[in-house]
Amino acid sequence: MSGREARVWLPGSLDELWKIWSDAPDAVLYAGGTDLMVRRRKGGPLAGSDLICLERVADFREIREEGEEILIGAGCTIASLMDHPLVRQNFPVLTQAFKVLGSPPIRNMASIGGNICTASPAGDTLPPLYVMDALLELRRENGLRRIPIREFITGPGKTDLGPGEVLSGIRIPRLPRYNLHHYEKVGQRNALSISIAGLAAIARISAERTIEDIRLAWGSVGPTVVRSRNIEKALTGKPLSSESMEAAFPLVDRAVSPIDDLRANARYRRILARNLLLRLPFRGVHP
Amino acid sequence: MKIDFELNGKPVSVDVPGDRRVVDLLREDLHLTGTKEACGSGECGACTVLVNGESRLSCLMLAAQLEGKSLTTIEGIGQGKDLHLLQKKFVEYGAVQCGFCTPGMILAALRLLRQNPRPTRREIREGISGNLCRCTGYQMIVDAVEAAAEEIGDERA
Ligand SMILES: Cc1cc2nc3c(=O)[nH]c(=O)nc-3n(C[C@H](O)[C@H](O)[C@H](O)COP(=O)(O)OP(=O)(O)OC[C@H]3O[C@@H](n4cnc5c(N)ncnc54)[C@H](O)[C@@H]3O)c2cc1C
Ligand code: FES
Ligand code: FES
Repeated sequence: MSGREARVWLPGSLDELWKIWSDAPDAVLYAGGTDLMVRRRKGGPLAGSDLICLERVADFREIREEGEEILIGAGCTIASLMDHPLVRQNFPVLTQAFKVLGSPPIRNMASIGGNICTASPAGDTLPPLYVMDALLELRRENGLRRIPIREFITGPGKTDLGPGEVLSGIRIPRLPRYNLHHYEKVGQRNALSISIAGLAAIARISAERTIEDIRLAWGSVGPTVVRSRNIEKALTGKPLSSESMEAAFPLVDRAVSPIDDLRANARYRRILARNLLLRLPFRGVHP
Repeated sequence: MKIDFELNGKPVSVDVPGDRRVVDLLREDLHLTGTKEACGSGECGACTVLVNGESRLSCLMLAAQLEGKSLTTIEGIGQGKDLHLLQKKFVEYGAVQCGFCTPGMILAALRLLRQNPRPTRREIREGISGNLCRCTGYQMIVDAVEAAAEEIGDERA
C-alpha cells in the first residue's frame, strides 16, 4: 500500500474536468474502467494512481445529428448505443459489433471512447469505425482538433492522444449509399471472447448483385486494423459471389500480418482473414 | 472520502478510500458477503450488482462511483426464508450447486426479466452470458429463469 490515499474525482462537465485536471495533472482518466481497472490491479504500474472518472461528464454522453454526420459522445456506453435508434438506423455495422462486445454487464459499463483509446488490435468497434471513416474529436482545455481514426491509432495500445487531451466525440458520416452492412468476429466462444480475427464490411450492391462500392477492415490480424484500398478496388465492379471473394484471397494474404498469441496462431488467423470474406455473398442486402 | 448512496433501498454514508473497489466495500467494510469475487477482472460475473437497476461488475467499479446512486445486492433481493421468486425457482430447479455464481446469476436474470419479461430461452442465455457457472452446465439455470418468467407472466395476466 502506498502512504497516501488515491484520490478519485467524478467531474460532471468539461469545465469541471479541466479544473480538476489542472490541479492533479498526473491523474489517470477512465470511463467504464473495464480496461483500466484490469490494468490497475494490485502490483501493476497504475496501482495507487489518482483517477478521474469520465462517466458523469454530461458533454460526453450526447448523441446528436449534425447535418450529414452523427456525433457520438465518447462516454456513451456500448449498451446505450446498441439501443439508440439513430445508431441502429444509420450504422448497422457498428450495432453488429456492439452486440458481440464483452457481455451484458461489460456493455453497461464500457464506453466507445474507452474502446478506441485502448487501441487494441482486437477492439470490436474499430473495424466498423475504420470502414465508415470516423472522425475523432479531441479536446484540450483551449482547443479542439479532429483526426481520422486511422491516423489516431498508431500501434497496438498506442494512440496520438496528447498530454492534457481527451477524446470527446466520434463523428460518423451517414452512409445511405451502403446497403450491405456486416461485422463478424471469430472468438473462442460466443460471449466474453476477444476477437481472433474480425471483419467489418459496408458495400453498395446493385439490383444485379454487382459490387458498386465496398469498404473492408479487419481486426486482430495486424498491429492495428487493416484496411486495404487494393482489395476494395479489386472487388469493385465484380459480382457479389464466393468466386469474387476467393479471387481476392492473395490480396488479403499480402495485406494482413497476423501474430501468434495465446488465442490463436498466425497461420489460423491468416486463413480466417480470407474466409471471413466468404460470408459476404450470404448477407442480406437492403434494396 | 465520504460517499452517500442508497444500498438495498436504504440511504447509507461511508467513509472509505475513493478507489476502494465496490466488491471490497461490500464484502469487507459492510459485511455483505452475498456478492462474490472470483476472477476480479470482469470475466465471470460472480460480483454482479445492480446500479440504478443496471447490471455492473463490482470488481471493476470504485466506491467513488456510487455517490448518489442506488445499489442493489443479492441481500436486497431476498434473504433467509423470505426469497424472491427467482431464488425460489433456482432452488426448485436445482440451479444451485456450489452456489458461488448464484448471486450474480440471480441479479443478471432479474435485470433481464425487468427489461424483457417474456424472454425466449435464447434470450435468457444471452442475458446471463456474462456469468460463468462451473457446476450446473447452465441448463437448470435457464429452466429456472424460464419458470420464473412464466409465473410472473401468469400473475400479470
Ligand atoms: C471481461 C471483458 C471482456 C471484454 N470483451 C471485449 C470484447 O469482446 N471486445 C472489445 O473490443 N473489448 C472487450 N473488452 C475491453 C473493454 O471492455 C473495451 O475496450 C471497452 O470499450 C473499454 O471502455 P471503458 O470505458 O471501460 O474504458 P476504460 O477502462 O475506462 O479506459 C480505457 C483506456 O482509455 C482511456 N480513456 C477512456 N476514455 C477516454 C476518453 N474519453 N479520452 C481519453 N482517454 C480515454 C483510459 O485512460 C484508459 O487508458 C473486454 C473487457 C473485459 C474486462
Ligand atoms: S469477480 Fe468480477 S467479474 Fe469475476
Ligand atoms: S453453482 Fe457452482 S459455479 Fe454455478
